Amino acid sequence: MEKIIIIGAGPAGISAALYASRGNMDPLVLHHGPGALDKAEKIENYYGLEQPLSGKELMERGISQAKALGVRFVEAQVLGISGFDTFQVQTTAGTFEAEAVILSTGSSRKAPKIPGVKELEGKGVSYCAVCDAFFYRGKDVAVLGNSDFALHEAETLSNVAGNVTIYTDGEKPEFSREHTIPVNTMKIQSIQGEERVSGLKLEEDLSAQETGGEHQSFVPADGVFVAIGTAGSTEIARQMGAELTGQGNVKINEKMETTIPGLYAAGDCTGGLLQIAKAVYEGAQAGISAGQYVRQRNRS
Amino acid sequence: MAKVLTAQNFEAEVLRSEKPVLVDFWATWCGPCMRQAPIVDELSQEGFAVGKVDVDQEPGLAQQFGVMSIPTLIIFKNGKEAERLVGLTPKDRLKSLLEE
Repeated sequence: MEKIIIIGAGPAGISAALYASRGNMDPLVLHHGPGALDKAEKIENYYGLEQPLSGKELMERGISQAKALGVRFVEAQVLGISGFDTFQVQTTAGTFEAEAVILSTGSSRKAPKIPGVKELEGKGVSYCAVCDAFFYRGKDVAVLGNSDFALHEAETLSNVAGNVTIYTDGEKPEFSREHTIPVNTMKIQSIQGEERVSGLKLEEDLSAQETGGEHQSFVPADGVFVAIGTAGSTEIARQMGAELTGQGNVKINEKMETTIPGLYAAGDCTGGLLQIAKAVYEGAQAGISAGQYVRQRNRS
Repeated sequence: MAKVLTAQNFEAEVLRSEKPVLVDFWATWCGPCMRQAPIVDELSQEGFAVGKVDVDQEPGLAQQFGVMSIPTLIIFKNGKEAERLVGLTPKDRLKSLLEE
């Protein structure tokens, strides 16, 4: 079992790894894909940079620095975290167990504003397959998303539900493995329903429009599970039952503790200033706090 | 501790209650529900009327009230649904709704 798993290798995650490593916690960093920093062309406002640096280069330096200290890295997409006393982190590279977890995946990609998603929350729109699959025994459900996160949710549901279909809302499917869940790539116009979800209104694809076909179609569904993009800190925290702020960020205190013991969050996912300086500070604090938690846990 | 609600006692405990009643629909396999549990128990200890429906044991009640995500928290006032909150909800928010 790992002492500390850090999810994300941006400034917050690496800073947490540096402090956890120096605190003898031998942390493991799970990371996947580029973060917000990768897209920053020039960084001029960070401490100590006489010449501007690209976000990508700064990130690479951070990762090299952590590797030099012996921090271990695994490239994997996190699909979900379960457990109470310790944490089981399910990823595309298998399951890892840890005493403490630091969420530092950056802020989530903005979910497309599909009309009906917000309005029908709790009335057939859900964010947690493992929590709500029970209510869809033998029923037809839709999963919104295009990555392994959506596939993981769809497979969880397929054990219980009648028919499960993944809707990518016009995005290209990006599943890393073979599967048997049907995928529909049409754009979604809205989620329909009054008191509860009745189905999805889809926009027909261009080829159908060219042939003069119907431009919209309706597919009935009893439930819609939202799993768009990769599972970010907010999605993971929500599924675990950690509190979020009114703005949908992970709620933390000054020690970077979430409302779940042993679970910490740092960087953009906690809201506030979306700046490297703030991410580095929060990461450092999370690395120290998680180390203290693990030591305390092993003492008692 | 919050009262265990069943199809048998729901009407007497909730719908005919003179006080507002907070009802927590939950299940043992739902992570967020397990985090919600100590919050509703604290409210119960503070004197608020609080009941819990285990949706595994009482699927009929979950269906009757259209519960499709858990945790779902419903506040009943004068026998009628006054508020519905879906997902883990902090104590302060529940308390202020019960005191309204």
